[in-house]
Amino acid sequence: MSHIIILAVLDGVAYGSLVFLVAVGLTLVFGVMRILNVAHGSFYALGAYAAASLGLGLSALGLSPWLSYPLFVVAAAAVGVVVGGALERFLLQRIYRHEEALQLLVTFAVFMILDNAQRLIWGVQPYFYSEPLRLLGNVAVAGITYTAYQVVFLPLVAIAVLLALRLFLRRTLAGAVIVAVTEDREAATAIGINASRVFLLTFVIGTTLASLGGALAAPTTSILPGMGADMIVLSFAVAATAGLGQIEGAAVAALAIGLGRSFAVFFAPELEVLMPYLIMVLVLLVRPEGLFGKATARKI
Amino acid sequence: MATNSSLRLALLAVAALVAVAYPIVSGSSGSFLTIVWAKALPVLGIILLLQAGQVSFGHAMFFAVGAYTIGFVGRAMAGGELVLLLVAAAFASLLAGLLVGVFVVRYRYIFFGMLNLAFSMVLFSMLEKFIHVTGGSDGLRIARPTILGEAMGRAQYETILYYVSLAILALALYGGARFLDSPLGHALKAIKSNETRVEYLGISARLVLLVAYVASAVLAGLGGALVGAIQGIATPDYAYWVRSGEFVFVAILGGTGHVAGALAGAFVYEFIRSSAAAYVGDTWQMTLGIVLLAVILFAPRGIVGMAADLWGRLTGGSARAEPAPEEADAPDAPAREPRPLRIVGGGR
Amino acid sequence: MSALISARGIAIRFGGVVAADGVSLDVFAGDHLAIIGPNGAGKTTFLNICTGYLKPQGGTVQFKGRDILGSSPRAITRLGIARAFQIPQLFLEQSVRENMLIAAASQARRFAPFARLADIPERGDVEHLLALVDCADVADRKAGELPEGKRKLVDIALALALKPEVLLMDEPTSGVASSEKFTIMDTLVAALRERAVTAVFVEHDMEMVSRYANRVAVWSAGTISRQGPPAEVLNDPEVVRTVIGG
Repeated sequence: MSHIIILAVLDGVAYGSLVFLVAVGLTLVFGVMRILNVAHGSFYALGAYAAASLGLGLSALGLSPWLSYPLFVVAAAAVGVVVGGALERFLLQRIYRHEEALQLLVTFAVFMILDNAQRLIWGVQPYFYSEPLRLLGNVAVAGITYTAYQVVFLPLVAIAVLLALRLFLRRTLAGAVIVAVTEDREAATAIGINASRVFLLTFVIGTTLASLGGALAAPTTSILPGMGADMIVLSFAVAATAGLGQIEGAAVAALAIGLGRSFAVFFAPELEVLMPYLIMVLVLLVRPEGLFGKATARKI
Repeated sequence: MATNSSLRLALLAVAALVAVAYPIVSGSSGSFLTIVWAKALPVLGIILLLQAGQVSFGHAMFFAVGAYTIGFVGRAMAGGELVLLLVAAAFASLLAGLLVGVFVVRYRYIFFGMLNLAFSMVLFSMLEKFIHVTGGSDGLRIARPTILGEAMGRAQYETILYYVSLAILALALYGGARFLDSPLGHALKAIKSNETRVEYLGISARLVLLVAYVASAVLAGLGGALVGAIQGIATPDYAYWVRSGEFVFVAILGGTGHVAGALAGAFVYEFIRSSAAAYVGDTWQMTLGIVLLAVILFAPRGIVGMAADLWGRLTGGSARAEPAPEEADAPDAPAREPRPLRIVGGGR
Repeated sequence: MSALISARGIAIRFGGVVAADGVSLDVFAGDHLAIIGPNGAGKTTFLNICTGYLKPQGGTVQFKGRDILGSSPRAITRLGIARAFQIPQLFLEQSVRENMLIAAASQARRFAPFARLADIPERGDVEHLLALVDCADVADRKAGELPEGKRKLVDIALALALKPEVLLMDEPTSGVASSEKFTIMDTLVAALRERAVTAVFVEHDMEMVSRYANRVAVWSAGTISRQGPPAEVLNDPEVVRTVIGG
């Protein structure tokens, strides 16, 4: 019994770390731009495919599989900067003043396009690339053997990203500018902050985080069409549970949802798919603004 | 004005006559048009919700509820009776709409859209997972039911389905237009522009939205039941997000300012699909996405809006349909006030 | 005489700003009560509290002896307290007449799903109200197309269409052209008297206060510092110094 609990905790931590990477990108973009990027899950999928392709290329060339680690970061950044940057510059810039329903529709259309594009490029057969997982070997946690990649490396990356984001937002000028725009766009623009550049930077960071999540997930799962759709809903569940725009909160919510899901796998398998939504629904019923969000009233 | 509206009425009568006469004259069972009639139903549901400014990315779940209901009930009754099956589908989607609706109408915009998506994805994976009940991804076969007790040959069955779908759609469009012109319908539109004042007039915005939501669920359920009856099978794809997206797409394409947008959108969409899908096969979804972007950015009032403009120009003036609210938000309009995140409804 | 609305010990802070610190105020049947005070003193906050939009940290509000604190704006509206807003709150994409008909339909609870809004029996009342606030000529225009002053008047008419027992108004004629202001207020106040509607209005314009209020309450530094008939209060040197300015 206790074995199963430990196994569930390890599963939950591994899964929660990946979901956090994606969800924090979604929540960061929302916090600054007030746009929910429905295509965010596509960046997760693109990151995974790009990483797997590069990794398989490494193997084909006979190069050291250790190179896959830096390549993951390169793949993620390339997807975030090129695809994310282009999307913000050429499309989103045009719709910041549209009503919310239309903004949602526009990113939804992008989601349809990217989902199709990735099937065109990579087909519908699943991709497997588990080399990096094997490189790091296994660790034993309280008698349970688990891959070090999932229970040590992934959580470390998640913590590093969380700390880096905190440092970036609190200690650097660019970060301070982002925070200023998040808190009061009008005032920030009034004192001469170029909101348009802040938006581009934020969007690229957000989409890079999503594709980093995908790249790092690549060795742990089979890469399939449809993974992007699952991930957007899941990362939205995390972001909404935490409160949209809450970065530290997203870490807590990702962990809670990761654990909730893995415990469901072991103790109530029929609830596995439902669990993340169940948690979100319960939280939203009690606190519509999320666990860490602040309620705001319109001035009348 | 009088000649204008009688001209419109005449056009409507001609269109109705063509629709009714089509299977008789062409000699075909009109299954292409049957699909158009059936798919216009969920689109009409989406248009109802868009009146309140709310987009659902999950209405395929009710489409699937309708299709699977006639599958299950038909299986239990060894074939079943079409009238009964449709009533069962309407009832099941009404219940499902009420169940999901009670929760989602508390939320707005992003939350409304994404929660609907979440519910539909849960249904989708349950349909795939519970193989022994639903047949998994192979789907659930829908046997050809009797119609008013008569067993039907294939051609006869399809012809009758054509008329049944046409009649349901005609009724739904008429009912939808009447609803939007009723106090409830106007309150629904009022939610979009100022929910706070709606509450300050003593109206429950949630209740009004729930009425529209349940109606939209029933419309989607009936559409799913009819498509299931035509195709003889219900698969988890009926609940998939791409299909929900398709409904929203068709609504925007047709135009959300008028119930006729559902019909215009569904017709054009199915026509393009049947003629172009062969050429763009692999890039169909991408094509949809690109067209959706183009419509939103360049023709936000859809086909019905463009037709109304044309009509206005032809008849010299006043028939111009309501301009879409987006126009007030053209890129050169002054920046809008930063808005607080709207999570829940209820006037706060 | 018992009060219609009775607020006791209202306390509310926003962050460090104290808007109300133990405010008690009664509104009696037939009152035309003006609330005056320096900008940002919390007068609008008081209306927000009485209508359930904001919840204070302390205190009670009763309407005809019934506790209404914690009720929603909708429930309080249904009890007979209507509100007009400082920033007009209209349905901008619908016509002025439709705006009014929605309010009238709500008041009469006409929600048959397939009946036409334009055919409800209350449509005569709506036309009458629109004429009263001098907006009959813009009835077919979209509310979003109206100039600020007209929107303000439609906003008041919307509240009146609810046939309230108490009408709360927030600077009713700010934004209305000064040439029209008194004509419209004369008609409005006469209509309120005729319908026996009790009125509370937050006001900056002292001429409006002295003309239309029978009672004045001064909201200053989080409390009601003074209340009484306009002639007395408006001539109080302390009030002149802190509120009216001079």
